[in-house]
Amino acid sequence: MHTMKNRITRVAALALLAPIAAGAQTQVTGAGASFPYPIYGKWISTFQTAKPNVQINYQPVGSGAGIRQVTDGIVDFGATDGPMNDTQLAEFKTKRGSDVLHIPTVLGAVVPIYNLPSVTAPLRFSGEALAGIFLGTITKWNDPIIAKANPGAKLPNADIIVVHRSDGSGTTFIFTDYLSKVSPAWLEKAGRGNSVNWPVGLGGAQNAGVAAAVKQTEGAVGYVELIYALQNKISYGVVQNAAGEFVSATLASVSAAASGAVANMPADFRVSITNAPGKDAYPIASFTWLLIPTKIADPAKRTAIVDFVKWALSDGQNLTESLSFGRLPPAVIAKELKALEQVK
Amino acid sequence: MTAANTASAISAARAPTAKTGARAFARRFFNGDEIARAIVTIAAAVILLVTLLIVFQLWTKSDAARERFGWGFLTSTTWDPSGEVFGALPFIYGTVVTSALALLLAVPIGLGAAIFLSELAPPRMSNALTFLIELLAAVPSVIYGLLGIYVMVPLLRSSVAPVMKSLFGWTPLFSGPFYGYSYFAAGLVLAVMILPFIVSVSRQILLAVPPEQREGALALGATQWETTWRVVVPFAKRGIVGSVFLALARALGETMAVTMVVGNTPKIAASLLGSGYSIASVVANEFPESAGLHQQALIELGLVLFALTIIVNGLARLLVASTSKMEARA
Repeated sequence: MHTMKNRITRVAALALLAPIAAGAQTQVTGAGASFPYPIYGKWISTFQTAKPNVQINYQPVGSGAGIRQVTDGIVDFGATDGPMNDTQLAEFKTKRGSDVLHIPTVLGAVVPIYNLPSVTAPLRFSGEALAGIFLGTITKWNDPIIAKANPGAKLPNADIIVVHRSDGSGTTFIFTDYLSKVSPAWLEKAGRGNSVNWPVGLGGAQNAGVAAAVKQTEGAVGYVELIYALQNKISYGVVQNAAGEFVSATLASVSAAASGAVANMPADFRVSITNAPGKDAYPIASFTWLLIPTKIADPAKRTAIVDFVKWALSDGQNLTESLSFGRLPPAVIAKELKALEQVK
Repeated sequence: MTAANTASAISAARAPTAKTGARAFARRFFNGDEIARAIVTIAAAVILLVTLLIVFQLWTKSDAARERFGWGFLTSTTWDPSGEVFGALPFIYGTVVTSALALLLAVPIGLGAAIFLSELAPPRMSNALTFLIELLAAVPSVIYGLLGIYVMVPLLRSSVAPVMKSLFGWTPLFSGPFYGYSYFAAGLVLAVMILPFIVSVSRQILLAVPPEQREGALALGATQWETTWRVVVPFAKRGIVGSVFLALARALGETMAVTMVVGNTPKIAASLLGSGYSIASVVANEFPESAGLHQQALIELGLVLFALTIIVNGLARLLVASTSKMEARA
């Protein structure tokens, strides 16, 4: 009986102390894009070892869900692979009474993959060829439009089997955004989006589904994230950029695409860098953004979020390359640090 | 307590006076009858409530899409998320075709296996085999999907499809190019997935047929097969049909395994070798990254699947009812 009473007092004391202990720990939640999740996860764990009193929880639920959750105030910050549109920004303002900042964090790229055993050197794709293939107007591998860019390649007289993503995805957004820029016919027929009305082709779920379908089907062509292609050692094609050069996707050529866009970077960072100018720029590249509300009422949370983002933009950038993400050009980072001052 | 006392208590409980009625209630209550009654009633009500809540949510969350597209949603074949035009027909078609194909393949095999296990196999073998078959039901659907992608699709492409095409290529059902990802592949995977439901439930039902039925038939001079097919199976028919319903519901709602092999093309292909899409698959694929009207249309698809399940089940029930009536008349 005596020990029982003791235990109860002890539990009660703990219950009283618990909120005080938790008060010292700042909890921040975020949700959104799954594409940058590997680097965000790494950033969060590294940041937390330096600042043990901050606990950040990021859930890779998808860009669309991330935008919705930050708009509804369910999470403290969001993340997306495609910028919010004007309607979404207006909705954010009416719901939350403040603006939302788009903060580019890293760069990603999308690469065309194909299965042609007779072709040894990386296949070269012009924008016209890619758009034609995915529109279904180019149906054979030895089509003159493909052959023109690949002199000497043994292109078979075989059907092209198009494979695309079946799940809504930022990868699809980047790829269709590029096709919309290089082909008016694509813009009119399918347009850009996380999911679009594909004129031809099979759908594979996730990067893995597309890669599996392409690997197994001779004559297939698809698209995956550069990181996925690099980590799984899938060979991919070279794409013609706005300057007319055929560029392979590398971390350097992806960063070059961002540098090319610095000159006309809008103040809110909502910019597409597909088909970017610059001789070395890889044309199917994109920023991925954190969505930070400009008004964060809780001062502890505000400090934690701003500190984390500032750290990610400085020291955090050194971790990008080990995970195959493209690092931001310094000029963009300088602009972003200035924009972060708006967070109050 | 004496016997006379007990008798009077029982008669008092039966008498319709208020005082004794209350006492009878109290007795039933303390015996647990009333408590049990309340618990099972609540359990039944919860099921009804959850179902109604699902319908209510699907209905209210799809109001803008229903208003915009009306009944045309069910007959339109365009699915264009970036242009905000949505029609459900390719998905309804794909769901029905893959499920029907799965039933067509799984019902004869499942019923045959169940008859073997209950009527012919020695009990020890029957139990061991049933255990194995029930294990099939525990395999996660993503595993079936992966097996579909990496094993079944290449096999179909290299050896099965050429044979099918040479045999049935003249019908529109097996025409056109075959890349592996197709209604046919999805139907095959679904057939394997629903097989354990049919076998395991049907076997239980067949085993529950009273031995007197078999003995009677045998005594009348029927052979073993005649006994099984003319007496045992008809006796168990309702239960067997029930197992097929269960399997069908599983096939209609299956998401992961179907999306991995069906090709995910929101178009209607006449050929079973063509690629298509199913309702559950498109919802799972596109919902996480959807917003606005696109999301509303996906929720409306959920409503359509719900209605489709009710209609299919209703039709099947009617079928059973009409055949048993015909038999009664005969």
